[in-house]
Amino acid sequence: MAEAHPVGFQYVVEAKNRGAKVIHVDPRFTRTSALAHSYVPMRAGADIAFLGGVINYILGNEKDFREYVVAYTNASTIVSEDFQDTEDLDGLFSGYDPETGAYHQGSWAYEGQQEDDSVRDHVESHIDRETASGLEQESHGPPVPADVPRDPTLQHPRCVYQVLKRHYARYTPEVVERVCGVPQDKFLEVCEAWTSNSGRERTTALVYSVGWTQHSVGVQYIRTGAIIQLLLGNMGRPGGGVMALRGHASIQGSTDIPTLFNLLPGYLPMPHHEKHATFQQWVDSIRHPAQKGFWADAEAYAVSLLKAYWGDAATRENNWGYDLLPRLTGDHGTYQQVLSMIDGKIKGYFLLGQNPAVGSAHGRAQRLGMANLDWLVVRDLFMIESATFWKDGPEIATGEIVPEQCRTEVFFMPAASHAEKEGTFTQTQRLLQWREKALDPPGDCRSELWFFTRLGQLMREKLAGSTLPRDRALLDLTWDYSGDDGEEVLREINGYDVATGAPVPNFTALKADGSTACGCWIYSGVFKDGVNQAARRKPGSEQNWVAGEWGWAWPSDRRTLYNRASADPEGRPWSERKKYVWWDAGAGEWTGYDVPDFERNKAPGYRPPEGASGVEAIAGDDAFIMQGDGKGWLYAPSGLIDGPMPTHYEPVESPVRNPLYTQQSNPTRKVYERPDNPTNPSPPERHGEVFPYVFSTSRLTEHHTAGGMSRQLAYLSELQPEMFVEVSPELAAERGLEHLGWAHVVTARAAIEARVLVTDRLTPLRVDGRVIHQIWMPYHWGSSGLVTGDSANDLLGITLDPNVLIQESKVGTCDIQPGRRPVGPALLDLVRAYRDRAGLSPDRHTPLLTEDEQA
Amino acid sequence: MIVTGVRVFGMGVRTWIEGWPVYRQLTGTDPLGRGAAAQSARSKSLTARTETADSVARSVCPYCAVGCGQRIFVKDGEVVQIEGDPDSPISKGRLCPKGSASKSLVTSDRRQKKVLYRRPYATDWEELDLDTAMDMIAERVLTARAETWEDVDDEGRPLNRTLGISSLGGATLDNEENYLIKKLFTAAGAIQIENQARI
Amino acid sequence: MVSKNSFYGPLDPAPDAGYPDAPPRMGFFTDTSVCIGCKACEVACKEWNAVPDDGFNLLGQSYDNTGGLTANSWRHVAFIEQPVAGGGHGTDVPGAFAGVPAGPPVSPHTAVVAAGTARDGGTAPGVPPAVDVFAAAATTAEPQFLGMPGRDLPGRTPDAPRSDFRWLMMSNVCKHCTHAGCLDVCPTGALFRTEYGTVVVQEDICNGCGYCIPACPYGVIDQRKDDGRAWKCTMCYDRIGDGLTPACAKACPTQSIQYGELEELRGRARHRVEKLHEQGVTEARLYGHDPEDGVGGDGAFFLLLDEPEVYGLPPDPIVPTRDLPKMWKRAGLAGLAMAAAVVVSFLGGRS
Repeated sequence: MAEAHPVGFQYVVEAKNRGAKVIHVDPRFTRTSALAHSYVPMRAGADIAFLGGVINYILGNEKDFREYVVAYTNASTIVSEDFQDTEDLDGLFSGYDPETGAYHQGSWAYEGQQEDDSVRDHVESHIDRETASGLEQESHGPPVPADVPRDPTLQHPRCVYQVLKRHYARYTPEVVERVCGVPQDKFLEVCEAWTSNSGRERTTALVYSVGWTQHSVGVQYIRTGAIIQLLLGNMGRPGGGVMALRGHASIQGSTDIPTLFNLLPGYLPMPHHEKHATFQQWVDSIRHPAQKGFWADAEAYAVSLLKAYWGDAATRENNWGYDLLPRLTGDHGTYQQVLSMIDGKIKGYFLLGQNPAVGSAHGRAQRLGMANLDWLVVRDLFMIESATFWKDGPEIATGEIVPEQCRTEVFFMPAASHAEKEGTFTQTQRLLQWREKALDPPGDCRSELWFFTRLGQLMREKLAGSTLPRDRALLDLTWDYSGDDGEEVLREINGYDVATGAPVPNFTALKADGSTACGCWIYSGVFKDGVNQAARRKPGSEQNWVAGEWGWAWPSDRRTLYNRASADPEGRPWSERKKYVWWDAGAGEWTGYDVPDFERNKAPGYRPPEGASGVEAIAGDDAFIMQGDGKGWLYAPSGLIDGPMPTHYEPVESPVRNPLYTQQSNPTRKVYERPDNPTNPSPPERHGEVFPYVFSTSRLTEHHTAGGMSRQLAYLSELQPEMFVEVSPELAAERGLEHLGWAHVVTARAAIEARVLVTDRLTPLRVDGRVIHQIWMPYHWGSSGLVTGDSANDLLGITLDPNVLIQESKVGTCDIQPGRRPVGPALLDLVRAYRDRAGLSPDRHTPLLTEDEQA
Repeated sequence: MIVTGVRVFGMGVRTWIEGWPVYRQLTGTDPLGRGAAAQSARSKSLTARTETADSVARSVCPYCAVGCGQRIFVKDGEVVQIEGDPDSPISKGRLCPKGSASKSLVTSDRRQKKVLYRRPYATDWEELDLDTAMDMIAERVLTARAETWEDVDDEGRPLNRTLGISSLGGATLDNEENYLIKKLFTAAGAIQIENQARI
Repeated sequence: MVSKNSFYGPLDPAPDAGYPDAPPRMGFFTDTSVCIGCKACEVACKEWNAVPDDGFNLLGQSYDNTGGLTANSWRHVAFIEQPVAGGGHGTDVPGAFAGVPAGPPVSPHTAVVAAGTARDGGTAPGVPPAVDVFAAAATTAEPQFLGMPGRDLPGRTPDAPRSDFRWLMMSNVCKHCTHAGCLDVCPTGALFRTEYGTVVVQEDICNGCGYCIPACPYGVIDQRKDDGRAWKCTMCYDRIGDGLTPACAKACPTQSIQYGELEELRGRARHRVEKLHEQGVTEARLYGHDPEDGVGGDGAFFLLLDEPEVYGLPPDPIVPTRDLPKMWKRAGLAGLAMAAAVVVSFLGGRS
């Protein structure tokens, strides 16, 4: 956190000065560790074993916040009798289908719902994986009916609490030590600190950076953290929560208003040709007909979006234009796209402030893909590697790209900086903040707002008069933007009454009858009363610590989600010290320091009438109002591709045989089995010793992602001027590496070179009886800029988490050798020789299912 | 000439002598000449350039997602300083090294300010007029779309799309910009739209 | 008129330098116990003061790649990797690497690498920061290291596992001494004492004579290669004159760098040391806060977690002009004696 989010870290320092204990768990000792009370080194890729051990400690010692757990989580819900655990099936949950590599999820369901329409069979589960739709409705659980059988005593052997307890029983401190390399006393120190600092009077925050997402089990990492926080009663309460520290100014916004293949604004799914052939199928897939909560109104959000897109042309008769929407047929994610480029299937590519030649996994595939396009449009502030791959990329030296033979036409369109345009960023806590424009952009520099407004105008002009059905969606589009007025777009995002044009105050005002239009329902309210709420700037020093009058947070300006849970079931604060939102019986409303994340006048004692659904079905103590059953999920009966509970799988590339199960790695991971995407062998496959070391990558404080905004600036470049690799003194001795000397790092994909920093901040670990060495690299360098160097992301292959299709890029295996790498074709020879030694023939791929020790 | 000189001498001699450091040192409170007596006219007149800016924009740092407040000071059409906004309850006026380098980011002479174009098989860039480039890009999008259009799947269900166009980016763009990007591409049938959030 | 006090011992420098109604003396308190080594101070300083970059060289001194305070780096963050008990900058939990299969510390090597200068950090003919590599090595574990960075890692044997580690970071800056050697030797009046008690080089006066360079007991002030003039921290004289905070202190994310009235800062610092001692950080100590020290106390002082040498700071700096009044007195007497001799000889000649 101190490394990548220094200004956010001020609150950790402040808390520490006030007596808080700070624990840092990380494969390497960082600037965060330097300020922590306790540093816990661990093996990269073993986080679920570590966190699972914490769950076992909590349940084994009954350290959970029982009243909270019973009231607000699904701990008491009974699970189907068909469910079988990984502990029973040696690393698989019940329902695995080896053919598709996906699960039939019926047995995971709550009791009595195994046959429910919402249950995913393995084919649907496979489609969900391909379209990253397992978790696409980020702000809520997937649809399940509201009425479920429960045992509030938590004694039923199939209640979630007992299922969880059995699942994690093997994650003892001894096992944590064996899998993670964390000494038992250190691990127990973490457990004791975490549990003793949670409960009525105290809360603990779990903060992670999004390296956690970059694993083949990334979603389950975060799930494990969420389970702990639910068990300890740390969700929806001040000082608690699971806090993702995201790395880009508006990466939250780019998910809410997505530039993502599988989503429409507000987490509405992009239609799938088969699952969503009709408007009604689409809407019904978003909400379960009997579910609780605000997703039950999905039709209003969906219709309002289509009205915002197509205005008067969207009518009830034409399903609001739904039939104009393009359809998914499978995986269309960024990695599939790059492989399609290599295969010559894609003609044109826009890069909008993005530098995949350096920033995405498998850099060579990225560059070879771009070299096989008809045209490429790069919009950026500076000349970046993704714009110059055809003249100075690494493949020029190896002869794989020859400028005179590379047909890609490249347009470099200079972009406006953040100072030269107005608009909102959504930062990591869902807070929208408006930026005022300081001055006009120079020269040909233009904003994306201008570029896409203009591009849309030109396309529509060129198509004017077309009668082709395919051009209808473009010609009927509402597209009368000025190109420099951010507020006019923000008004559309907020939503308005179609008849009067007046902004809607909130998403609850949206209608399914076409009378409202809304560009992104969860942002409804950002232009409440015709006022740009994101531009509010009441100084922090003039308001309470929640600072509710600074910017605007979705949904409905709530700063802490699910804050109903900060009060007990009767609506009283859990403690005076931790009061946040509570029920004022006299006034008959919820009140507090934040906007209550609950219907304002729904009393704690409210119980829904028989057969209720939607918002009406939310009971007065259902704190998790977007979940289908109103509860925080310790166990996920549906919605996750890889299982209802997190379980430890080894990273796809690991020097360690999974100590817990025969199944080595996530059996549902997304793979691309192609000769140009080899994976280093891992046990029980042979030849893993060719790549004996674990590596991880991350950011330095002094640089930003792929370097486009930092390696171009002298004041940042001088602070970290060169690509380097950090190794422990022990590894340095083992491989003959010298401090400040050169080394090269090799995987089945690439070999890169870097200067060596020998440092005590890296340490070997003892894992399953063996000494495991880890090395670390920053990933900021490339061939353009004031300071240049090899790219760490070139080392990576492409294997993805099955839920969200994010690559495993925070852990892999490699070799490291002293000296510089070869140049020219000899570099390819070196990597090929490593592949040969590792037995990686072009058609050799690690099977999803680990069947046999001798495989 | 002489008259003028006399006039200047007559008006300025006292000031001139009093401005002389040695005079100030010998007659003033700073006999060692290390403080007030040594202060140059430039030093005396120094003022922070933030105080003389023509305008101040309230902005947000473009690097990570903490969302630190920034104040952007502009003088004579140039950004002269970017520093933390003390009013922000998030950042309280503070910035990390990257945020502190924002002025360089905006004002760097390494920034590309002209459209550049690389023809197929060319070995170098050439310049291109912005309007021409926009028109060429619009043409190429429409051509790629037409060549790769898919109306229906093999069972006749609608597809309404092209797989010939890709896009990556958006995590450092504004919500309003992402909204237009998604809206336009969706209407054009381009579905391979992604950003850093997938990475 | 010229008191002894003007060159040594406790003094309020601004009134002594001709500002009878001087505002309170302003200063920096840099609390290294909360420094996260982010280097925002270095960048914010350069952006505000338009200081050139210091070149792009990987120095390998932990995460320090600017090497020291120079004409082109007016703030500098030092990084020291130490195999001694730490955990939260010397708080109560030892054993960062306890229980892992690590070898013994690379202590002297890393300490020297961190504190030392792998190159001349100054722009010629500047001086490198005052670092004693032997002293740095000696502060860490045995065996004694001879200060010769080499390919192997001195002091490691496979049977003595390392367990302790800490990573110290410190943002260094001009000390704005009460008795500033640079200012006292400046023959042109380019260096002057401001009404805030700070010491500033006036770029419109400096002629690049370089006398100030060896006069600084901290090795801070430095000449810039291309223009020959001397440059260093001004404590943002232009900003503080308008009531603003200097750029480095304003940016600092964790308030490691605090700016304010020096007297108030000294009180705050004493309180902070007490608090850290209560929390068990017994190694916390102040540096440069004492008006009785060899420079009359610093306008920019520090809270450190180890001996000053570890951070590359001189343990006992003394302003080189300490003996100037005495010397002037002697010179004056000598002059009188000479004049007397002349008179005598003249008289003698007449007689």
